[in-house]
Amino acid sequence: MLIIRCPYCEANRPEPEFRHAGAAHIVRPLDPSATTDAEWAEFLYHRDNPRGTVAERWRHIHGCGRFFNALRDTVSDRILSTYPAGQGRPE
Amino acid sequence: MIGASRQEGMMQRLLVGRMFQGRLVPDSMRTEAGGRIDRARDLRFRFDGVDYLGCEGDTLASALLANGIHLVGRSFKYHRPRGILSAGAEEPNALVTLRRDGGRTTPNLRATQIELYEGLEATSQNRWPSLSTDFGALASLAAPLLPAGFFYKTMLGPRGWKLWHRLFEPLLRRGAGLGHAPTQPDPDRYARYHDHCDVLIVGAGPAGLAAALAAGREGQRVILCDEQAEPGGTLLTEIRALVDGIPAREFLARSLAELSAMPNVRVMPRTTAFGLYPHNHAGLAERVTDHLAAPGQDLPRERLWQIRAARVVLATGAIERPLLFPNNDRPGVMLAGAARDYLLRYGVKVGNHVVIATACDSAYLTALDLAAAGVEVKVVLDLRSSAEGPLPEAVRKAGIPILTGGRVLGTHLRRLRLDSVLLGRADGRTRWFDCDALLVSNGHTPTAHLAAHARAPMHWNDTWGAFLPGSIEGVASIGACAGATTLAEALAQGAALFAAVPPPVEAELPIAPAPGTLQGAETGCVFVDLQNDVTAQDIRMAVGEGFRSVEHVKRYTAGGLGTDQGKTGNMALFALTAAASGLAPAQVGTTTFRPPYTPVTFGTLAGPARGDLFDPVRTTPLHDKAVAEAAVFEDVGPWKRARYFPRKGETMHEAVAREVAATRATAGMFDASTLGKIEVMGPDAAEFLNRLYVNALTGLKPGSCRYAVMLSEAGFVMDDGIVARLAENHFHVTTTTGGAARVLHHMEDYRQTEWPDLRVWLTSTTEHWAVIALQGPKAREILIPLCEADISALPHMAVRDLTIAGAPARLMRVSFTGELGFEVNVPARHAPPLWDALRARLAAIGGTLYGTEAMHVMRAEKGYIIIGQETDGTVTPGDLGLPEGRAKPDFVGKRSLTRPDMLLPDRRQLVGLLTENPAVMLEEGAQLVTEASPPPGTPALGHVTSAYHSPALGRSIALALLAGGRTRLGQRLFVAGPRGGIAVTVAPPVFLDPEGARLHG
Repeated sequence: MLIIRCPYCEANRPEPEFRHAGAAHIVRPLDPSATTDAEWAEFLYHRDNPRGTVAERWRHIHGCGRFFNALRDTVSDRILSTYPAGQGRPE
Repeated sequence: MIGASRQEGMMQRLLVGRMFQGRLVPDSMRTEAGGRIDRARDLRFRFDGVDYLGCEGDTLASALLANGIHLVGRSFKYHRPRGILSAGAEEPNALVTLRRDGGRTTPNLRATQIELYEGLEATSQNRWPSLSTDFGALASLAAPLLPAGFFYKTMLGPRGWKLWHRLFEPLLRRGAGLGHAPTQPDPDRYARYHDHCDVLIVGAGPAGLAAALAAGREGQRVILCDEQAEPGGTLLTEIRALVDGIPAREFLARSLAELSAMPNVRVMPRTTAFGLYPHNHAGLAERVTDHLAAPGQDLPRERLWQIRAARVVLATGAIERPLLFPNNDRPGVMLAGAARDYLLRYGVKVGNHVVIATACDSAYLTALDLAAAGVEVKVVLDLRSSAEGPLPEAVRKAGIPILTGGRVLGTHLRRLRLDSVLLGRADGRTRWFDCDALLVSNGHTPTAHLAAHARAPMHWNDTWGAFLPGSIEGVASIGACAGATTLAEALAQGAALFAAVPPPVEAELPIAPAPGTLQGAETGCVFVDLQNDVTAQDIRMAVGEGFRSVEHVKRYTAGGLGTDQGKTGNMALFALTAAASGLAPAQVGTTTFRPPYTPVTFGTLAGPARGDLFDPVRTTPLHDKAVAEAAVFEDVGPWKRARYFPRKGETMHEAVAREVAATRATAGMFDASTLGKIEVMGPDAAEFLNRLYVNALTGLKPGSCRYAVMLSEAGFVMDDGIVARLAENHFHVTTTTGGAARVLHHMEDYRQTEWPDLRVWLTSTTEHWAVIALQGPKAREILIPLCEADISALPHMAVRDLTIAGAPARLMRVSFTGELGFEVNVPARHAPPLWDALRARLAAIGGTLYGTEAMHVMRAEKGYIIIGQETDGTVTPGDLGLPEGRAKPDFVGKRSLTRPDMLLPDRRQLVGLLTENPAVMLEEGAQLVTEASPPPGTPALGHVTSAYHSPALGRSIALALLAGGRTRLGQRLFVAGPRGGIAVTVAPPVFLDPEGARLHG
């Protein structure tokens, strides 16, 4: 069970308070109708599965209810950073 | 018997001795003095129906050995007689079933870890009719026919399958196996705890104790757990060394006293840390009452501790490895360290005339201590070419001969007990030695399980012949599990973690680690994994058959499976795999260590989550009303929903037919409270919903409702419901019963992350509103007298706030039955009285209550879909014949509807099916094909999604998803079934009132 820091509540809370919500920084095209089939398929389905650091979305669903992003190491499960949705991926 | 004096104990002994004259002299193998047992407290116990005596402080294994019993079980596959190999958690052989009063029975317990109590009753396993006469042992005659992978090989090919199912499987299932699962419900209570600490230390041996003392003195909050009843680890058998100027065992007592006086330290004996999970989350199983003769009612049997520690210190020690030689599995063959444990901790001699065979110095300590206790140590055979150093010197001085460079060539069994061993000398000469125990050591394997759970790296170490755990952030390994070889080093490592000074150690006889050897594994019948009867030959065969990964060798041979998870045999399995593959052990690596370290009972894991608490149910505010009407309930997710209301003697079919007919003829009333409800408010609420649903919602007038379909971004139908506009900026949205949480999450996702500029707020109101559906031609007649406003002209798909029977209500004119209908939303607390008022009107008018089954039938007659029944995550609104929102601007999922796959003409589309024989009911999920008996491999054209008997049509109906379905109307197809195809005709999915005359009536 992970310990996750909610960047809005500024508190370390146990994983059952959260819900995982897939890869972060996937930008929904502003005008989907202008995308090609290949671009749209890329947006919908194509995801990296790295060994190492991954940026992913979480929602503090049983807390403040808000979505945020986290950088997690997929090997150690260490969470390197959490930050509000809409912020760029930290270095 | 607890508290009985020694004299009374002697009386008992005489009694038992007389009762079993000629069989066993009680405690015949007990030493005169020594050990950490309480000799004044005799305990009577029963093993396989025979009574014996042991002492307070014994384990079942030590008490059996004290009575001269080595034979305790039969092996898994070949039913070979097996004895006690070890003295701890690693035991592969000595598994027994314990029985207590009240139907309590626990199989597969390690005799080495069962604390003896008065009246303990244990039986051996995997034998019939008895341990000494086991018909299953005939399997060993067939051993050449049962090689590694036997189970898989018998399953290959169609012929193999038949053989497997008819012949091998039933036989093997009976013959192979461990204990039997209990047949009675578990009467015990289990508790669940959560805790936090600064330092969790696993293992109260010298390293763990030193760490606990140092951390405790610093004021840190410490939890020190140890799987044994008595903390101390190897300090319990350290009889030579002085620590801090006092004998090691006194140092242990003093340290434990100091720790127990510290309020910031908790020492937990009988507590196994079985798993170490991410972020320093540890699972501990504490055995609270298993060691008590009369557990009482006030304590739980076991406690599950979930501990979050800032720092985890692993001081889990090392496990001795057995030697590999032919017939190395006889009762009487035991780990040398275990023999020493039995002597020094329990005052038990495991034999009177023993032979020791070793590839490690530690066995010399066993030789010295056994000889000092009066055991004849006939010879120490050292497989290594030389035996020098203080330990071999001391052994020679004690007059015990040492053979170096020799081999164990075989063992001989007499009356199911080892009676002699064949030793080979370096010069090639061989000799049989009579003995009643053969004590072996092949070095030690650091117990790295928990470190591996925490994903610490493992590094091969030539000196140990094993993998040692590396360190990771927050998890440190110390002591023998980290490669410490001496007591002084273990104490120093524990102290060093907290920058403390370790106590000085004097007079220690240090034992160098040994890499172990594979010598002796070349021939047949050399067991590597005793619990699963895996031989060295099996491993060579697996590699020979092409298995390279040690994970695959494990699965193919079953080596390392079972209740012991290969604690004694795994290193040999890895090393033999490496040798057979021509690789170095470091290249082969280990199999994955997974929790639990030792088996954990289901009771402990379940804790209080049993019975009513196992899977908590949700009930509607009208649940009691349905109970009072004798409803039959069904589970819908966590909800209990009334399925139908049978009258006396009615079957479900009859009740449902009556409910449907009455609803369509007069009126029916239904509890729809489980529907998900979301309140959507804000200046941009309409725009927000318009982007989330296929249907156009910006133009929806206040006071109106619309049926709306929600898509995933991939264009597939994920939910449906009613969107009701109460005011310009205020919507009441319903979802499916199962989709409530998912839909709100989906909405929140887009609100927060895609369109944060929209001013809109969402609130779940599922629990707030109870919903009573009134459906049927007389529904309006029932409602009108109770409403404080005129609803006679309320059109279909209108919504009004008004007072009904004194309750503030949100009334929607909607229908899921095809009849004129209403759904009355009222705050939950107003629901029961409103139900009563409506119920009285309903009865007066001749209407009925109906349940979910009738609801399903009525909606299917109208071709209304149910999410999850007509949809499965691959269905678009177009497939269902629903609007696709082409004229609308972008909404979630719209772009996906024009992807090439979505436009294919042979997409599966919703259709109706009518069987040629109207009495035949189709099976939901059955496949649609063009021929009555298609050849195997024929692809299906689609499948039946819903099938019911329709009272309105007086025949069976079905809905289906069919490739190009709307172009196949009128076609004759077949629904595949076990008794051949069932002929059906494809029809439109709406069977009743396609014009909607009843709906708008």
